Amino acid sequence: MTENQTRRNKLHWLTSFRHGPTLALLAIIALFALLDWQFGSGRFFSPRNARVIVNSAALIAVPALGMTMIIIAGGIDLSAGTALTLSGTALAIAFRDYTIPADQAGAATWIAAALALGLGVGILCGLINGLIISLTEMVPFIVTLGTMTIFLGLGQVIADESTVYPESGHLPDWLRYLCYTGSNSDHYWLGFLHIPSSALIAIVLGLLVAAVMHFTVFGRNVVAIGSNASTARLCGIRVGWTTALVYALAGVFVAVGALLYFANVKNGNPSDGTGKELEIIAAVVLGGGSLSGGRGSVLGTIIGALIIKTISSGCTMLSIPNTYTHIIIGVIIIIAVLIDGLRNGAPKWLFDRLR
Amino acid sequence: MNPLLEVTGISKRFGPTIALENVSLSAHAGRVLALIGENGAGKSTLLKTLSGAHRADAGTMSLEGRPYRPSSPIDARDSGVAIVYQELTLAPDLSVEDNVMLGRTGTGAGTLFRSNQRAAVTEALHRVGLHHVSPKARTGDQSVATQQLIEVARALISDAKIILFDEPTSSLPAADVDRLFQIIDNLRSRGLAIIYISHFLEEVRRVADDYAVLRDGNSVGSGQLASITDDQIISLMVGRDVDDLFPSVPHEIGEVRLEVEDLGAAPMPKDVSLALRRGEIFGVAGLVGAGRTELLRCLFALEPTYAGHVRLDGRRLPHNVRGRRKAGFGLLSEDRKNEGLAQNLSIVENLAMGNHDRYTTAGWINLKARLRDAREWIKKVEIKAQDPGQSVSELSGGNQQKVAIARLLAQDAEIYLLDEPTKGIDVGTKAEIYRMMGELAADGKTVIFVSSYLPELLAVCDRVGVMTRGRLAETRDADQWDEEELMVAALAAVEER
Repeated sequence: MTENQTRRNKLHWLTSFRHGPTLALLAIIALFALLDWQFGSGRFFSPRNARVIVNSAALIAVPALGMTMIIIAGGIDLSAGTALTLSGTALAIAFRDYTIPADQAGAATWIAAALALGLGVGILCGLINGLIISLTEMVPFIVTLGTMTIFLGLGQVIADESTVYPESGHLPDWLRYLCYTGSNSDHYWLGFLHIPSSALIAIVLGLLVAAVMHFTVFGRNVVAIGSNASTARLCGIRVGWTTALVYALAGVFVAVGALLYFANVKNGNPSDGTGKELEIIAAVVLGGGSLSGGRGSVLGTIIGALIIKTISSGCTMLSIPNTYTHIIIGVIIIIAVLIDGLRNGAPKWLFDRLR
Repeated sequence: MNPLLEVTGISKRFGPTIALENVSLSAHAGRVLALIGENGAGKSTLLKTLSGAHRADAGTMSLEGRPYRPSSPIDARDSGVAIVYQELTLAPDLSVEDNVMLGRTGTGAGTLFRSNQRAAVTEALHRVGLHHVSPKARTGDQSVATQQLIEVARALISDAKIILFDEPTSSLPAADVDRLFQIIDNLRSRGLAIIYISHFLEEVRRVADDYAVLRDGNSVGSGQLASITDDQIISLMVGRDVDDLFPSVPHEIGEVRLEVEDLGAAPMPKDVSLALRRGEIFGVAGLVGAGRTELLRCLFALEPTYAGHVRLDGRRLPHNVRGRRKAGFGLLSEDRKNEGLAQNLSIVENLAMGNHDRYTTAGWINLKARLRDAREWIKKVEIKAQDPGQSVSELSGGNQQKVAIARLLAQDAEIYLLDEPTKGIDVGTKAEIYRMMGELAADGKTVIFVSSYLPELLAVCDRVGVMTRGRLAETRDADQWDEEELMVAALAAVEER
């Protein structure tokens, strides 16, 4: 093996997402910058807009990290969206009902309890999915289709079918500015850099998940299960147990995503989550995840989330109506996955003609 | 007589890999041509070129004197060239007749006219000897042998002039092989040309008239089978003399290690008792469906059992895969593609699967050590691969099998449960696998060797048992059996019922 290949292998865990998604992102940014400069307001290619995009992408990317693990394991989680708002609603209720103003003594305990509640709800949702899937060996699609509406209903029950508005004084400052994208340096964790805290969280968690997937036995077992569960079983890997754990872990990321989402909108609307799971899945797929399992890239997923949010932001800047934005995103997803598929060999009919 | 199909100077490359180079052969009507070669010799590529799945880079083909350049398998079939693949390509949930008619045109505006096709389907089924199979039966419910014949029927109904068989017997029990050969004889006497691919020289002798040998993508010899010996064919195939197809490694048989008592599962095996010794290679013969695979899977605790227990060195083992693996059991699956290996993962990943403990501290893998280990195994069992990171699906069958075996070796198993370890792999690799089994026995391991290929069982094993209907019917020392007696024993209990 050449020196070059060895070096590539060393950084394999970082570079294993192929460059397709990154190039696509750069192309999309360039395209919108150009269009916006010509026909729009010229605000697309600005630091402030970059912060807005990065923040909204982080809101998708964080739950999509869990989804990446699930998809690599050969599963799917349609309940991610409603589980996210269920967790977010629980968080909102906790901040509405049980928290004393953030600047008073004893508030820290209550805040910690509220956060633990949100986290617990997320993990529980994931664990329920994981246990049903591994114990009943039902298809993940069906199981999570069921839990998707269950979580939606549960959220509506605990919120009395309305949006929960906690008093803004109940929220600690760090939480209030978690998704801050303004120009005041004080509200950023890295005052000199002006990167939204949500994005920093997404990056740190992303690196963590990438490392876990590449360097731990658990991560490799997840890949093995997604590639071929029978082989994994043959090799003594606890398939059911690992699967349940993957869904439960994904619940952690759903809960963190819920926290970010809550920090962004500062209320809890249990019906907000419907459709969010598709955006999350789209980010994974755009990043190179394969719905047949065994393949997916954590950093690719983050790029995928950026692609989606760049497009929506660009369309907004160009005053393209929301409805058309949906169409454009849909088309781009299909084209991106098609191009990605071409790397593994063109579709047969096309391949025959290209020769 | 002019050949029905003539292939002249065909070349095909995939990227840097040359799959075929200047290959020529001719197939005559009313004759069976055996296409012989090791795995990776280019047989499959040639077959796919003939059937229109690949297009050759250079060379010409002619069919009945006219240029033949199929653009797709359907085009090939319409020209009269049909193929029966090694792996069944039937849709299990469709009826037999729907499978026979699958892909056929002439159903009129996309509608099926079942009544019109039924007569033709029935006739085709009769011609392949499937008188008892209803055209309306679900295909997945038929035995593997029947399904293979359904594939032949599918070829017949398209008025094939040439039928290509790609290792048709690799998944068939011996009795069904005879039936297939009768049908091939029948097809030959009707004036069809047959191209028959196989690793089994005995089979080739029984069924074929002519031979063509491929090695590394080149034609290295062809002619009439009557004028060449097996040894000559083998040396053409491997490019060297193979003195011994079954290398024997002297090994000493020690004390009893593995005891199985009245093992029972639904539906198989039934009441199987065994006592295997250190350094012993125990062969299990029997028809497909006799419960041999099920026995191994129950021993490995992959399937639930309702009765009996398994002891290793006198210690009773719990019934779960992890427990069995920990105790030193290793299973080589007969289904390399769907179970034995994760095809789209790399060699390294496949070797490491389940063996990660060796280079892991506190859950974190030392990737360097893992790669180094993989390189060592690749060298030790001589896996032909470009890179340890290469995906397993890119390897030839024999090399894939070596990866699967290396994983068992890496696991450092004590009891090797090998289910058809030589299925679908070339002569050279087979000999290597026999040698490895001998070495394992010499090293004090215990090997259970399930195979449908009787010569290898008799040559490699110390004892051979025959399974019928889920029971272990009779066990003798290998030198107390001959092939015919094994066959009789395998069939005996079936007839009793």
